[in-house]
Amino acid sequence: MSVARAERLVNLVLCLLSTRQYLSAERIRGIVPGYADAPSDDAFFRTFERDKTELRELGIPLEVGRNSVFDTVDGYRIARRDYELGEIDLEPDEAAAVALAVRLWDSPVLTGAAHGALIKLRAAGVDVDQAAPTVVESKVRTAEPAFGPLLAAVQAGQAVTFDYRRPSPTDLRARTLEPWGVVSWRGRWYVVGHDRDRNAPRCFRLSRIVGDVRKVGKPGVVRRPDDVNLMAFVADTNSEPPSASPARMWVAAGRCTGLRRRARVVEQREVDGVPGDVIELDLHYLDSATSWIAGFGADVLVLEPEVLAKSVRERLLAVAKGVS
Amino acid sequence: MIAAQERLPRLLALVPYLLARPGIRIDEAAADFGVPAGQLRKDLELLWMCGLPGYGPGDLIDISFDEDTVTVAFDAGMRRPLRLTGAEATALLVALSALLDTPGAGDADAIRRAVAKIEAAAGQSRPAGVAVEMGVREGAATAGVRETVQSALRAGRALRITYYTPAKDELSDRTVDPMRVLFVDGRSYLEAWCRRAEAVRLFRLDRVDEVEVLAEPAAPPPYAEPTDTSAGLFQATSEHAAAVLVLHPDARWVSDYYPVEDVEDLAGGLVRVRMRYADQAWIVRLLLGLGGDVEVEHPAELAATLREQAAAAVARMDRAPVNRL
Repeated sequence: MSVARAERLVNLVLCLLSTRQYLSAERIRGIVPGYADAPSDDAFFRTFERDKTELRELGIPLEVGRNSVFDTVDGYRIARRDYELGEIDLEPDEAAAVALAVRLWDSPVLTGAAHGALIKLRAAGVDVDQAAPTVVESKVRTAEPAFGPLLAAVQAGQAVTFDYRRPSPTDLRARTLEPWGVVSWRGRWYVVGHDRDRNAPRCFRLSRIVGDVRKVGKPGVVRRPDDVNLMAFVADTNSEPPSASPARMWVAAGRCTGLRRRARVVEQREVDGVPGDVIELDLHYLDSATSWIAGFGADVLVLEPEVLAKSVRERLLAVAKGVS
Repeated sequence: MIAAQERLPRLLALVPYLLARPGIRIDEAAADFGVPAGQLRKDLELLWMCGLPGYGPGDLIDISFDEDTVTVAFDAGMRRPLRLTGAEATALLVALSALLDTPGAGDADAIRRAVAKIEAAAGQSRPAGVAVEMGVREGAATAGVRETVQSALRAGRALRITYYTPAKDELSDRTVDPMRVLFVDGRSYLEAWCRRAEAVRLFRLDRVDEVEVLAEPAAPPPYAEPTDTSAGLFQATSEHAAAVLVLHPDARWVSDYYPVEDVEDLAGGLVRVRMRYADQAWIVRLLLGLGGDVEVEHPAELAATLREQAAAAVARMDRAPVNRL
């Protein structure tokens, strides 16, 4: 941004903040330094339009109206109460929380927005010390290329279309979605909205979106239902693990550290000529336990329960017979 | 480009910022705005030329600055910062609420008070369209480890830990200089200078089996840089070996869970991926556990190792039937 442009825009803001009357474009052209240089009416209006757009993009509430019924054109002003950030005063512990929150994002777009907020809070007189050492930090990153376009579409209220790869049953097809929000749960991003093809609310995982996210139709069309709980679409509310069931297995001496650190040694025993220990441990998910145990190969033998012993054997048998 | 887009917001925030801090040092102000002091001086010089219609001496913003410090004498009506945009309020408030479900991150009461105050001041720019939950599942043992680690961080003490490394399936004792506790992707880590590795390491807290606070002070070397988490925690390099795998539908989760490259859809819901691994024993355990749901196309030696190890395991089961043990 050129010095002249920055100066003109600051003067424009100050001028429109200080007036209670709506000022027409022509009046503004006569008052605010910089516009007088425009070589033609056309050039002035083009510049003025661009400036208005810039102010609106920054969130400056530009009011448009007429002072009386006799005015023939619209004028502009900025209502101070809509422009100014309200009074805010943060205690040191609250400011420390803000400093920590700003560091949460590992995301260009969200980091930028959080820094924008931080600068305004500081301008409101709040002292936020970002250099203070932190003991515990959270990081949320937005590595998926679809994140930026989807957040922009959510904030603009615009429908989108994208190709989506569903894992099971496998399927790759275009979806058209009215996006209500982007949701991160346990480090994974989803977009939630009204799926136009299915005419129902749906959520999609960002990492499974293939290619570009394209905008469809006009901004301001999508309205998020007031009572919708975005997180409820993606979070596993049934997070209590199933009750544990005990298992007993033999593990070779000095092997299977991953199993041993979760287990109790019951006795020492030699199996197949190999010294080892019988251990007991509690398992929650039999299927993932099968993978975990099978991974240790010949260093482990499941003794109980029988169903686990069989599933581990089947899994290893499939590898032993491998077709590849 | 980014700097240009940020200039106007900075110019608008600068006058109220300085009003609240008469006589502030210019370098301190520059640090708060995240710009070099020279840029801040240019901003001040520009603002000095701006003011109210009339633009006479009494109408222009009046800033007095000397070598080091700056004070605003006349603000031309720019007393308060611009309200937060919806995107700014969202980024800040969602981050604050994410801290609420991060165990041990900040004081929950202070976070709630900050949220209430920012919401009240932000007025109509309510957060919209972004929700974050860390979803941390922390067992009692891990919570105990975290609390011990936090106490060491607060006291500035070194730690001795017993750590389980799944890649090697082994426990090791290490003396580390803790730097911070980090929550990423629903998991908690201790970031520390590992004296054995002579490097910064992330230790998953649920793999820290024992932890002891030492009497000696934590002394990470000055060149110990915090981990950049933006690209993911496992950064594959070309030094790592690569396996080409065909995943059956029941094993497709592997391509979501581990970093993979060159994803290629095949008929029948299969997918071919390239997966880098640092440790042969680790990928052997992973692939044995996946059973028939994965085929190893490359390298051939890995496929052969898997077949041998699986066959040896099945043979042992057949020689030592469970009901005779």
